Amino acid sequence: MRYAERGYNLEIDLSRGSIDRVETDPRSTELYLGGQGAAAKLLWDRVPPEADPFSPENLLIFSSGLLNATPVPGATRTSVNTFSPQTSLMAHSLMGSYFGVEMKHAGYDRIVIRGKSPDLVYLWVNNGKVEIRDASHLRGKGTQETASLIKEELRDAKVQVAAIGPAGENRVYMASIDHSHASAARGPGPVMGDKGLKAIAVRGTQDIHTARPAELFEMCLRLNKELAENPNVGDWMATDEDDSFHHDNFSWGNARTRRKDFWSKELQERWTNLKYDHMDRQTGCYNCPKKCHNVISWPGRKRFSYKCYGKDTYHMAAYQELDFSYDILGVAQELGLDSYSTPQVIAFALELLEAGILTDKDFPGMPSNVKGRFFYLLEIITRREGIGDTLANGVYWAARQIGKGAEKYDHNTVKKFEQLPIKLGKVNPPYFLMIATGEKMSITQIEGSFPQDPLPTVEQRQEFVNNWVATPHEKFKEWFLRWEKRNEISNEASCAITDWNEAMHYIDDSLGLCGFVSSFRGQFGGKTGYHVWNIPELISLSTGLDFDKDKLWKTFQRIRTLVRAVNVRRGLRRKDDRPPEDHWAVRDESFEQKLLDDYYGFKGWTSDGIPTKETLDKLDLNYVSEDFIKRGILTANGGAPS
Amino acid sequence: MQANVKKKIVKDIRVDVDKCTGCRSCEMACSAFHAVPKYSSLNPAKARIRVIMDEARDIYVPIRAGEYTQAECTGRNLYTINGKEYSECCFCPSSCPSRDYFKEPDSGLPLKCDMCEDEPPLALPMCVQACQQEALTYIEREEEVKKEEVKLEEMEIVFEELVRKHGKKKVMDTFARLSKS
Repeated sequence: MRYAERGYNLEIDLSRGSIDRVETDPRSTELYLGGQGAAAKLLWDRVPPEADPFSPENLLIFSSGLLNATPVPGATRTSVNTFSPQTSLMAHSLMGSYFGVEMKHAGYDRIVIRGKSPDLVYLWVNNGKVEIRDASHLRGKGTQETASLIKEELRDAKVQVAAIGPAGENRVYMASIDHSHASAARGPGPVMGDKGLKAIAVRGTQDIHTARPAELFEMCLRLNKELAENPNVGDWMATDEDDSFHHDNFSWGNARTRRKDFWSKELQERWTNLKYDHMDRQTGCYNCPKKCHNVISWPGRKRFSYKCYGKDTYHMAAYQELDFSYDILGVAQELGLDSYSTPQVIAFALELLEAGILTDKDFPGMPSNVKGRFFYLLEIITRREGIGDTLANGVYWAARQIGKGAEKYDHNTVKKFEQLPIKLGKVNPPYFLMIATGEKMSITQIEGSFPQDPLPTVEQRQEFVNNWVATPHEKFKEWFLRWEKRNEISNEASCAITDWNEAMHYIDDSLGLCGFVSSFRGQFGGKTGYHVWNIPELISLSTGLDFDKDKLWKTFQRIRTLVRAVNVRRGLRRKDDRPPEDHWAVRDESFEQKLLDDYYGFKGWTSDGIPTKETLDKLDLNYVSEDFIKRGILTANGGAPS
Repeated sequence: MQANVKKKIVKDIRVDVDKCTGCRSCEMACSAFHAVPKYSSLNPAKARIRVIMDEARDIYVPIRAGEYTQAECTGRNLYTINGKEYSECCFCPSSCPSRDYFKEPDSGLPLKCDMCEDEPPLALPMCVQACQQEALTYIEREEEVKKEEVKLEEMEIVFEELVRKHGKKKVMDTFARLSKS
C-alpha cells in the first residue's frame, strides 16, 4: 500500500497517441518527495540535455505535491515542470486550487506528457479511463471559456480543467496554464501549446490513504484552525488595503521610475471602494482556510482573480490606476498570459517606440492612449502578429532580435527571464545571492523565511526573535539580533540565509505546500504555518516514511542540487548567476564576486557553480557525478575542468 | 404546556453561501470521518456534504445529503437570488439519478448525512469543525411535537371489527373453540 501518494504516473505520448499507467518506485519518493523534486528526477532521466524545449523529446510534467489530497491544510500546489523555451532551463511553475488533488483521486501522482500532437487535442482523465480527444473546436478559446466548454461537453461540473489560452497555442513565452483561480506561469504554457495540448480535464473518485490517519487528521484539524487565525499567513495583497509597499518602492513602466510618494490616504480609500464595489467574494484553494483570491467582476469582462502582486503589475507598467488592472486582467487571463512578465514586455516595447528604436510602422493601427496601447499589444503578442511575434519571445530575446540598441532596454532580466521591477539603492547581500543564483527565476520563489530588512531597535529585534519558531538553527536568531544596516551582514550569514530561504521553497514545492502558509511568509513577522520542525511529522504521518529535521534538510539539498545539475548539464554556469546591472545603484563588483565564491563553497559547488563529485555523492546523486565526468563537466577526479 | 405536546432537540447546520470560499475542507473532513475505520481514507466523492460550485457564475452552495430518491424530480425551477441564477439542484439534498452527488462512487449506494452521530458524541459535526469561514454553523433548536396518539396494532383492528359485527361473546367462544382444536 502506498500512503499519501498513488504510486502511478500517467504517461502520455502525443506523437503516438499512447496512454500508459506506469508504477513508480517508492524509493524515489523517499529521495525526491513529489512535486518539483520528482519532476526534476524525470527531467534528468529522460530529457537529453541537447533537446530543444520545442522538441517532442521535452516532457511537460504535471506533478502533484506529495501532501496534495491529504488532510494537511494548504497543501494544494501542483508543480508544472518542463524545459522553458525562454531560458532553455528547467521551468519552475506552480498552481494551487484543485488540480493536483483531483489528479490523485483519479489515481495518478503525475501526468507526464511527451511528443507532439499533429492536431489540437485535450486529455480527458476520468479515473482509470483516459482519452485523447479532439480540441479543434476549442482553438482560440480563452482559458476559462475552455474550462466551461469542456465541463459542458463532459456533462460534469466537478471536472477540474487546466488549459492554455490562445497565447499558449501560439507558443508565446509569457503564456500561462490556467486552472480555476490559479495559473502556472514561467515556462510551461508555450510548451503545452507546442505539444498541441489545449487542456487536461481530470475527474477522480478514488480513496487516498495515509499511514497514521487518526493522528494526522487530529493534527491537521488543529493546524487548519491555527492557519485561519494566523494573520501572518495567506496573501496579504488580498486583504490589506494599504499597498504603499509596492507602489512606493517598486519601479513603474519598464522597471524605470520609483514614485516614493505615490500612495495616499485618499487613494487608498478610493481603491478600497473600487475593490469592494466589484468583488464577488474571496475564495481559497482546496482544504485551505485562507482566502487569497479576490474574485472581481468587471463590467463586460470575464470574472477573474488576481494573484498577489499581479494586482499591480499592469497599472504600474502603464502608469495608471487600479481600475486599469481590473479592466485588463480578465482579458489577459482569458488570453492565457502571465500577469508578471507580460506587462513588462509591453512597457519595454513602448519604451523602444519612445526611443525611436521601434517606430509607428511597427504598430499599425495602435491607439494613441496608453490604456488602448496595452490592449492592442496584448492582442498582437497573443496572435504573434507583426512586431508582436518578436515581443512574444519575452524581453531578452525580443531585444536581441530587434537590435539597434534595444539590448540596453533589457535591463531587468536574469537568465533571460523578466524579474520583478525592483531597483534599489544599496545591495542587500542575501538578496544579491538569491537573485543571482536562484533557479526558480522569480525572487518571490526564493525569498521568504528570513526578514527582508533589519528591525530598527534591539528591543524590536529581541521580541521578533523570541517568537521565532521557524528558524532551523539558533544562529539565525543571533544574526538577526546583530543586523542593523541592510547592506552590512557577514558573508557567512548571507550564505546561510539564502540557503534557508531556498530550502523552504524546495521543500514546499515538492510537498505541494503553498508558499503563502509556509516558505514565503516568514519574512514579515516570522510566524509561518509550516517550518522544518513540524513538516517532518506531517510527512511521516502521511506517508509512513520516517522523516526528521535532518533528513528533511538533506532531502532539500538533494533536490536543490539535482535541479542545479539538470541546468548545469544544459549549460548553466557562473556567468548566468548575475543580477541586472542596475538592480542596485551602489555596486561593489569585488565584494559581490567574493560573496558568490563563498556561496558556491558553502553549497559544495565549484567556482563555476557546478556541484562537485563529493557534494553529489554525499547526496546520493552518484549517477549525476558519473554523468558529469563522462561529459567532461567535471574532471575524472571530480573537480573543476581547467 | 398541553399534555399532548412535548419538546425535542433538532440539530441543524446553517449555511451562509456568501461566506463559502469553495475550499471544500468540509468534503474532505466528512469523507475522513465516515471512512471505515475512521479517518482511514479521504475522498470528497464519498462526502455527505458537497459544495455545488460554478466559479464562472460565482455560485458556491454547500449542501448535505438527504433522502435517496428513485426518480428525478419533474420540477426544474430556476431561482434568481441577488442577480444570480440557481437551479433547483443547487439546493436539493437528494441522492438522485440525475447526478452523482451523494452516492458511493463504486457501488452507487446512496449516502446520507447523519450529523456525525457518534459515541462519545462530537462537539460539532465534522464539516462544521473543518469550516473556518463560518459558512457552516451548527445550531440546535427546540421543536414542539405533538405526542403521538396510541395506535392500534393490526390484530387489534381486526378483533375490534369482529366484535363490532358479531358481539364480544361470540368472538370469544369462537376463539376458545379454535384454540383447542
